[in-house]
Amino acid sequence: MADLPQFVATSTLLEPRPEEGSKDRTMVLNMGPQHPSTHGVLRLVIEIDGETVLKVVPDIGYLHTGIEKTCEAKFYQQVVPMTDRIDYLSPMTNNLCYCLAVEKLLQIEIPERAQWIRVLLNELTRLNSHLVWLGTHAMDIGALTVFLYCFREREEILRIFEAVSGQRMMTSYFRVGGLALEPPLDLFDRIQKFIRIMPEKIDEYQNLLTGNPIWMGRLKGVGHLSAEDAIALGVTGPPLRASGVDWDLRRDMPYSSYEKFQFKVPVSNDCDVWARYIVRIEEMRESVKICQQALDGMPEGAIKADAPKVVLPDREKMKSQMEALIYHFKIVTEGFTVPAGQVYQAVESPRGEMGYYVVSDGTAKPYRVHMRNPSFATLQALQKMCEGRLLADVVAVIGSIDIVLGEIDR
Amino acid sequence: MTLPDKAAVLEAHAKNRAVASLLTSLPDAILDAKFDCGELTLTIVKDQIREAATAVQKAGYNFLEDVTCVDWYPSEPRFHVVYHILSHSLKERVRLVAPVDSIDPSIDSITAIWPSANYYEREVWDLFGVRFGGHPGLRRIMMPEEWQGHPLRKDYPVEGYR
Repeated sequence: MADLPQFVATSTLLEPRPEEGSKDRTMVLNMGPQHPSTHGVLRLVIEIDGETVLKVVPDIGYLHTGIEKTCEAKFYQQVVPMTDRIDYLSPMTNNLCYCLAVEKLLQIEIPERAQWIRVLLNELTRLNSHLVWLGTHAMDIGALTVFLYCFREREEILRIFEAVSGQRMMTSYFRVGGLALEPPLDLFDRIQKFIRIMPEKIDEYQNLLTGNPIWMGRLKGVGHLSAEDAIALGVTGPPLRASGVDWDLRRDMPYSSYEKFQFKVPVSNDCDVWARYIVRIEEMRESVKICQQALDGMPEGAIKADAPKVVLPDREKMKSQMEALIYHFKIVTEGFTVPAGQVYQAVESPRGEMGYYVVSDGTAKPYRVHMRNPSFATLQALQKMCEGRLLADVVAVIGSIDIVLGEIDR
Repeated sequence: MTLPDKAAVLEAHAKNRAVASLLTSLPDAILDAKFDCGELTLTIVKDQIREAATAVQKAGYNFLEDVTCVDWYPSEPRFHVVYHILSHSLKERVRLVAPVDSIDPSIDSITAIWPSANYYEREVWDLFGVRFGGHPGLRRIMMPEEWQGHPLRKDYPVEGYR
């Protein structure tokens, strides 16, 4: 039945063809892992004929830290900080996805206010992640200025994250059962101020790029990926929508009360790097709208579910109520047990479908946590997008699929 | 709502496209069926995973989201290879589980049906040591190529061997 796998040294992943001394002999080029445009430690082995790319073989695993294994040795609540470190550009989305999965297993209801704050912060995360993508993508192509503009706005998002969670990047703000803390009083005003200026900032980026002939020349018609190929290769998120597939988990399989928000899902049929650029820019505008709706309709109420065996009690209650103190002690020392079962929860991360598969055996530690990461799957489409194109286009294509190596390697 | 056994689940979900397709084309392939937390899980005989995947794909489940594995050491069959398959048109997903024993930890690859299974199956091979027959290039993906052992197995210590 199954064939035995062969031992393949990565140094011999590709060999130049045909025999040595031939006039048509191809060249094998090694790109990365320390290459500025690979967005981390991605190594590509590329076979080229002149400047034309024949084959691209990604070699990954340089950042593998065994997070899935580590999760099995932690209590359920201790896994939350691990999830930040997978996709370090969208920590809140990771937190949300994991918390939703465990909450589904526990079957606890999350108060509306907590759900709305989760949505608000998730859309800010999307803006944050897309700003880094736009800055670095433009920098790869040669437009250095955009990077500085993008990071100016990103800085304000990081400050908002710091105000809400005490951390700029590894936020760990969501908890199983709600949020860690009530957000600071001036937080919503700050976010309001930020998203009021954001649309004109997006115009500013577009002024720098969209009409720029060099930018258009480098992006249009490059990295073609048809809808069939995108689905067959597991591509999700903006690259899938840029290939003409109208699919967004926020709208089609809503979670965390996304069904209460009105937003458009940008789709393009151009299937190239340019389409991915336009789709992401439009997504940023929609994110701003979702943030505005979340601010306008922010419900009052609790931020933690009424589940004393799972959710840590408020500090004040611990000082006056014996039971709260006991539960606090028990949750911190023994964790909380989760009924046996398995769930798969998927959310729309800035990069595509992020899924958490959590298996519980009824104890306080997860039996298995598996992350389905969008970048990992999207990377498989690289070969399809690059073959037959110029070597310089590889850089544009990598930028357009917006990979984060932390979540590929985990 | 959790239903007691396979027959009850299959009856309650007889209209589900994946269930209907599998029951007509491969009635013997379904070992077990579960419905829990709003998710449908079908346990499939490992020898028929390719046929089952094709049947599910024909039923409209067009997108393979994920392939992973769970190690139930020391019970047998030890490995459960898990497939999550999504339908864009039906807006629902189905989970296929194929139990694989530890004496011959191998199963057919589904890369011919969904090319995206390539990386997922390499990951399962790398971290669990389950082989996939007919895979175009089954080699380690996360760990260094000369690594000994499969780290996500339950009998592999969290700190590694020192």
